[in-house]
Amino acid sequence: MSPADPLLRVTGLQKSFGDNRVLSSIGLDLADGQVLALVGPSGSGKTTVLRCLNGLETPDGGTVAFRGGPDVDFGTKVAKKEALALRDRSAMVFQNYNLFPHMTVLENIIEGPVQVQKRPRREAVVDAERLLERVGLAEKRDDHPFNLSGGQQQRVGIVRALALRPDLLLFDEPTSALDPELVGEVLTVIKELAEEKWTMVIVTHELAFAREVADEVVFMDGGVVVEHGHPDQVLRNPREERTRRFVQRLLNPF
Amino acid sequence: MDWELVRTSFWPMLSGGLMGTIPLSLASFALGLALALVVALMRISGQPVLSAVARAYVSVIRGTPLLVQLFVIFYGLPSIGATIDPWPSAIIAFSLNVAGYAAEILRAAILSVPKGQWEAGHTIGMSRALTLRRVILPQAARVSVPPLSNTFISLVKDTSLASLILVGELFREAQQIASFSQQFLLIYIEAAAIYWVFCLVLSGGQSALEKRLDRYVSR
Repeated sequence: MSPADPLLRVTGLQKSFGDNRVLSSIGLDLADGQVLALVGPSGSGKTTVLRCLNGLETPDGGTVAFRGGPDVDFGTKVAKKEALALRDRSAMVFQNYNLFPHMTVLENIIEGPVQVQKRPRREAVVDAERLLERVGLAEKRDDHPFNLSGGQQQRVGIVRALALRPDLLLFDEPTSALDPELVGEVLTVIKELAEEKWTMVIVTHELAFAREVADEVVFMDGGVVVEHGHPDQVLRNPREERTRRFVQRLLNPF
Repeated sequence: MDWELVRTSFWPMLSGGLMGTIPLSLASFALGLALALVVALMRISGQPVLSAVARAYVSVIRGTPLLVQLFVIFYGLPSIGATIDPWPSAIIAFSLNVAGYAAEILRAAILSVPKGQWEAGHTIGMSRALTLRRVILPQAARVSVPPLSNTFISLVKDTSLASLILVGELFREAQQIASFSQQFLLIYIEAAAIYWVFCLVLSGGQSALEKRLDRYVSR
């Protein structure tokens, strides 16, 4: 699946940590409003892909291009300005939420808009309150993160990313740190975002969820894309043996 | 016991404390802390040269006696033409000294903040400097209050060394009264008592500050 004018195009992405080659040559295309689920065994490199997109890791090679710029070639020396422009197109939702513990929920959300984007504080607050309302946390506005459950913290993490108004949302195993009974409330929010046509890349182990929200599933193993396509095809009727084994293992862990 | 002497010596000593010991401590601590932050950031900068300079600084400060540092500045520097008055000499020596110890405290406190906090700052568009100021340092502050309080309390007592370079602080007053009255035991115990009260107040301040910074942290 290759949209004619993708929002994001990644080609030949490479990354090594020392001698350990984590990404060999990753290519992805992402259309506006598309939801892409990255799945694969741990150590397959899927989180590294996400981190490269947000500038948390610097790839050793390959290109990452957004429509409207920047178009970054990591095979050459990358200007800092360009790297930051790339970072600003997307926002990350972390596995461990990484909320700022010394700030209230509201302060967490408006920190980026006010301190970085220099938007008027009042406007940022109105925006934040509207977003909190949407994820059902309006009354938690003045609480500190440690007073919230994991599921609530992660919903705040999502709102913090949304408040930046990025073009692309990145989710790094957003429910992996949650107690099982709290997973649903977070997945519900992500599903609603998908319905609102946010463009998202989601690294996840929740295959049932991936099948429900994703337009496309990419299965990675050993730093390469093994298989990609429609969720029903990749997850129900995989073409590749490695994909089949992975799906089987997740469905029948014992 | 000579209560009359206790009474007449109390005010000169207390005022030596209030006009000497306390401003000397506050000024040296404030300057020392600012320098300590610079040294700590140099140390964790990842730049080999900056890091080595910071390490050497801490090593020299911690490896030499404070009294010697004080004497080098006040009695030593004049021989190369740099004569510095007692007060500035004392403030320079004490703040350089405090910086050596506080730099290690701040370095540890900054490193104790989880890496994910840096990453969260990055993803919301912050530069490293802004992340440091808005995200990392407020959290590092909580961790560093107890050890920095120790440093500050030590400093308050160490300022008594400034009496040896003619700064009119609490202990210099005590020495003068003692030699004049020849009541060494009484006067020095009285001086010790005043230092102790100062430090009790500081410990109280530390608890209040910790409580304040604890408001938002689960225990």
